Amino acid sequence: MSAMNHTGPSPAKDLTGARRAWMGTLARARPEALAALLPLPLPDHHDLRAPETGTMMVQGRIGGSGAPFSLGEVTVTRATLHLADGTTGHALVQGRDRTHARHAALVDALMQTDAAERIRETVLTPLTEAEAARREGRAAKAAATRVEFFTLVRGDDK
Amino acid sequence: MYVAVKGGERAIDNAHAWLAEERRGDTEIAELSVAQIRAQLKLSVDRVMAEGSLYDPDLAALAIKQARGDLIEAIFLIRAYRTTLPRFGATLPVETAKMAVIRRVSATFRDVPGGQILGPTFDYTHRLLDFALAAEGLDLPEATTASPEGLDTVPHVMGFLNREGLIEEAGTGADTPPDLTREALELPATRALRLQALARGDEGFLLSLAYSTQRGYGNTHAFVGELRIGQVVIEAEIPELGFSVEIGEIELSECETVNQFGGSKTEPPQFTRGYGLVFGQSERKSLSMSLVDRALRWKELGESHNPAPARDEEFVLSHCDNIQATGFLEHIKLPHYVDFQSELELIRRLRSAALSAQEKE
Repeated sequence: MSAMNHTGPSPAKDLTGARRAWMGTLARARPEALAALLPLPLPDHHDLRAPETGTMMVQGRIGGSGAPFSLGEVTVTRATLHLADGTTGHALVQGRDRTHARHAALVDALMQTDAAERIRETVLTPLTEAEAARREGRAAKAAATRVEFFTLVRGDDK
Repeated sequence: MYVAVKGGERAIDNAHAWLAEERRGDTEIAELSVAQIRAQLKLSVDRVMAEGSLYDPDLAALAIKQARGDLIEAIFLIRAYRTTLPRFGATLPVETAKMAVIRRVSATFRDVPGGQILGPTFDYTHRLLDFALAAEGLDLPEATTASPEGLDTVPHVMGFLNREGLIEEAGTGADTPPDLTREALELPATRALRLQALARGDEGFLLSLAYSTQRGYGNTHAFVGELRIGQVVIEAEIPELGFSVEIGEIELSECETVNQFGGSKTEPPQFTRGYGLVFGQSERKSLSMSLVDRALRWKELGESHNPAPARDEEFVLSHCDNIQATGFLEHIKLPHYVDFQSELELIRRLRSAALSAQEKE
């Protein structure tokens, strides 16, 4: 039985923008960080499409902003599952970690149910904060290597 | 005559068993973990990902371990593994203008918005061996930090030149780019196809070609407009959902060179561009790639013919792949007994004909 207390899918509303955001957060999360934040025991679910690993061709742009070209592939894993109430969760995540894909799909499904508020608070917010801290940490180190130019005044100009 | 050759199986098995033992090396010394390779030999990992043409640091680190540090052998392992995976499609083109940069320098403009960011570079080190690194249990090194103001989005330097129309547009092509791994290379190639071949090409080969253009074999006189390294988000459509989502983040090195003018009766003179984009931290490769990209564009830019190797598309594209090269090169060490037997017979016949002709004289 479901350990979560949700009562069924939320009434249909356009979640596209919000869903894109949380799917991105889940994909970029460290798999072990995501696993540690999941509600236990995991809610009942079954695979519609068991996690499957493959590749996608990463495209670059000529000159950084022109027409696309094939740069090289990246490993990705996708998964689709159903909660007991029929809500569908999808995931497409970089790498070969099947558990990561399954966990991401599970949270994607839960975010479409009445459990969304709680999941946002306990899973997504900590992941977003961790990601922001990672980014900020790297940016702060980069900033310390920013060159500050100064011009020397030549003595004979005085 | 067909000669079946069998045998050597036991010798091969034993050779591989010995290889495994040699790979492990001296057992008095701790075994190297894949995680250690990934974390501490990152630039090797990056090279294997770039030339293996598959972004997966764990796999690249494993391949390096298996190949005993032979990077071309590791690249071979990655290329072979890749063929076992299904292709799900393509990502949207990455937006390098939104890169979270850790390094960004321009050799053409000093005061660029966002600034010159050196990042974790070898530049300006004295290239003196640091014997302190030979000791164990060193104090943990720690990077300095500063306020990351203005680093959210660092604009491309080329954008500034573009505004004045001083530089050509970024480069056009098909909306769906060609893919070397799906269709065999055909010449003449589009610029998109050339860039793919160069992005997975051998760093050493491209370095030498780029250097040759600097020394006068197909002069391109390049300035580094911008070199940037950092993380970019990758995004892909999910067909079931009908929208795209971010699926992860990869590190890229990007180089744009500013080169001397094109111009024609109808177009005023403009700077031209060369482009390099490579998986991971590999500025030498991205710089080499952008010089070679520019050299290969001579015909499109209406430059006069010059038989320099770096400008010869067929030469460059047919020889830049180190797996193709090593495969063909190394196959000659495998048994060619029958081929050689026919050569032997031929030379004996020629010699006996020559000798009997001499006797008659």
